[in-house]
Amino acid sequence: MNPMTTAPTEPALQHAAAEPGTLGVLLWVILPYVVLVLFIGGHVWRYRYDKFGWTTRSSQLYESRLLRIGSPLFHFGILVVLIGHIGGLLIPHSWTEALGITEHTYHVTAVVLGTIAGVSTLGGLAILIYRRRTVGPVFSATTRNDKLMYVMLTLALVLGLAATVAANFIGGGYDYRTTISPWFRSIFYLRPDPGLMTGVPLLFQLHALSALALFAIWPFTRLVHMLTAPLGYLTRPYIVYRSRDTQLGTRAPRRGWERVR
Amino acid sequence: MKVMAQMAMVMNLDKCIGCHTCSVTCKQAWTNRSGVEYVWFNNVETRPGQGYPRRYEDQETWKGGWELNKRGRLTLKAGGRFKKLITIFSNPKLPSLDDYYQPWTYDYETLTNAPLQEHTPVARPKSLITGKDMKITWSANWDDNLGGAPEHGDKDVLLAEISEKVKFEFEQTFMFYLPRICEHCLNPSCAASCPSGAIYKRSEDGIVLVDQDRCRGWRMCVTGCPYKKVYFNHRTGKAEKCTFCFPRVEVGLPTVCAETCVGRLRYIGLVLYDADRVLEAASVPDDTELYEAQRSILLDPNDPGVMAAAESDGIPRDWIEAAQRSPVHALINTYKVALPLHPEYRTMPMVWYIPPLSPVVDAVSGTGHDAEDRNNLFAAIDAMRIPVEYLAELFTAGDPVPVDSVLRRLAAMRSYMRDINFGREPDASIPAAVGMSEEEMYEMYRLLALAKYDERYVIPPAHAEKAHGLEELATECSLDYEGGPGMGGSGPFGEASGGASPVAVENFRMLHARQTGDSVTDPADKASRVNLLNWDGKSTPKGLFPDRPGGEGGPPAELMDGTDPNAESEPKP
Repeated sequence: MNPMTTAPTEPALQHAAAEPGTLGVLLWVILPYVVLVLFIGGHVWRYRYDKFGWTTRSSQLYESRLLRIGSPLFHFGILVVLIGHIGGLLIPHSWTEALGITEHTYHVTAVVLGTIAGVSTLGGLAILIYRRRTVGPVFSATTRNDKLMYVMLTLALVLGLAATVAANFIGGGYDYRTTISPWFRSIFYLRPDPGLMTGVPLLFQLHALSALALFAIWPFTRLVHMLTAPLGYLTRPYIVYRSRDTQLGTRAPRRGWERVR
Repeated sequence: MKVMAQMAMVMNLDKCIGCHTCSVTCKQAWTNRSGVEYVWFNNVETRPGQGYPRRYEDQETWKGGWELNKRGRLTLKAGGRFKKLITIFSNPKLPSLDDYYQPWTYDYETLTNAPLQEHTPVARPKSLITGKDMKITWSANWDDNLGGAPEHGDKDVLLAEISEKVKFEFEQTFMFYLPRICEHCLNPSCAASCPSGAIYKRSEDGIVLVDQDRCRGWRMCVTGCPYKKVYFNHRTGKAEKCTFCFPRVEVGLPTVCAETCVGRLRYIGLVLYDADRVLEAASVPDDTELYEAQRSILLDPNDPGVMAAAESDGIPRDWIEAAQRSPVHALINTYKVALPLHPEYRTMPMVWYIPPLSPVVDAVSGTGHDAEDRNNLFAAIDAMRIPVEYLAELFTAGDPVPVDSVLRRLAAMRSYMRDINFGREPDASIPAAVGMSEEEMYEMYRLLALAKYDERYVIPPAHAEKAHGLEELATECSLDYEGGPGMGGSGPFGEASGGASPVAVENFRMLHARQTGDSVTDPADKASRVNLLNWDGKSTPKGLFPDRPGGEGGPPAELMDGTDPNAESEPKP
């Protein structure tokens, strides 16, 4: 099942529309749907089961000198990366063309922004991992779950950056908007087309697979804090008033035993 | 007018002897857990002193509370919503653990299992954060009783505001104690700072709470609170704060700190306030007007108009009656002897203080003069500018007039009551000199000196009398819930993750964990720690006694397993 050994070889790249084969269907049809179920179902389950554990688990109290540099570097970087992926994967080629953005302009913008964001994200992550390993209290507050998450996150980031750099600075550029992006969208149309992915360069394939793996473990790690980014803060009133819980204790009262108002 | 009820507290600082019983009982009740080792919901500071965390009053550094912007509108001092979200990845104004202190325990195990050696083994301090040996350099009350004042005294933030130099020399200085809990403000800046909206003010009794299920650990509340009374639990990644012991208050009991106060200096009661005027009162331009502005939004519960409005706003009848009997309302608005702590933070704090007369009394009696004579005391209040100015920095944003007036009332009461106690004719001119009638003065004396439990704590129970829902009652099996009592420990996402378990089960598990824990300093596993403060003397935590050769550890069986007929059932004092 290791994609390294079974990935298409160079000659296979020439026939982009080749038959996907069993492995192709497994990797580019079945796996994405499994991950999708895990990602959505996992979040729902986690939110119902573990609201109390749904937190950033900040370690700023232990150490703030390195965090002050590393954390914003990583987070702002990854936000730009996220926006870039939305632009690249979700927005079809024809839409940007209709806006008058030429392929060249799009490509240059994407590569420049993507590389800057990718490098700062990776740099921030490197600082954060260094901090996590060397600062005693931070390290002792690191769970095995965290370590797995860091491995998967770093893998996806490194492969993504490597694919971009390899395609654009070593190769002559790769137009993923004709292969990967339609495949990605096809999953959500419920008409998955694994054939689009067979001819994609190996690094891009590995990046996609590592991202799928990251999404699969996402709801079960501290990454869940992303889904509750506090954007509501911009609009809510400053002071929140709440009535005391009508329910006493941690269990809902049985039918017929509810409080009388 | 929108009438709301607020559970509030007044502390009479003249009676505080700085025994820290409130702090210790509070800690035992609420923050006796890993992750909050450094947290004191209630702490007692010696003033002058730096406080806890160190120099928390320096808002130019910590940016807590509210301020008026250039247009005269109330804004968070640490920046508005947008700035909060921009700096959310690394809060630039979060106190570090060193600003509080590194919590520690001692390696007691060495005392019992050290090999025979020339020197007596010592219990080294171990950091509860790193688990390593540490040097103790500070704690929550390291400058207790002005300890280290010659070196650290000038670090008191308020002293910088005072015109005269305070001398930290014996017999030339003054000191008093300041117990502090969360202020449960009418305009809480911690709640306003919370990006998740997890901190809320209860509309029934005004208690400010953190919803632990909605807190995401963004840490902005710690910065937002100018009193630094919201703390970050570094194990669970959630903010925690004083809860005004709401489970007790809801059933009519006073808070743990008030219940256990040996000086009986705390008063708890309701005040009614006009919620529509809070913002207006918090926005008055001059800092020194804030005390009066805050007093003015507190409503008179005996006013028929207020009573009618309160009832129409859904405040129960017995709550209005409790507000009428409230000692807090009497001390704040009838006798006008209680003052708010740092009104200049514009949060409208609701734990008020009667400033101490003792620095003045001590100084007068120190000179050999009669310290209960009205004229001596009044003259001393006029002459002793340093204590008065210092108190004014604490309670009235630097305006000495209200502090003067309170101290004069207290001095007058002292002098008026002496005549009565000596069986002499009471002098009506004494209360008149401070604008009070003789009856008022005697009633104030009764409240300050004689008030019994039910007069000091006028707490109407919450309208939730529903015994069946309470955890501890045996109307149904209290272990009957999803997952069952056998679960124990934490979920897969780190400490304390997973669904909530009933309080009774949680207490049972914690007690079990405490009694069977075996290592001294391993913050990675809270279940394996022996805290001697928690040990009730009856159980046998592993690690408390040295391993028996060949045995499994633990104390000699004949001593501790309960089979020895001569064994003590209670530890000797």
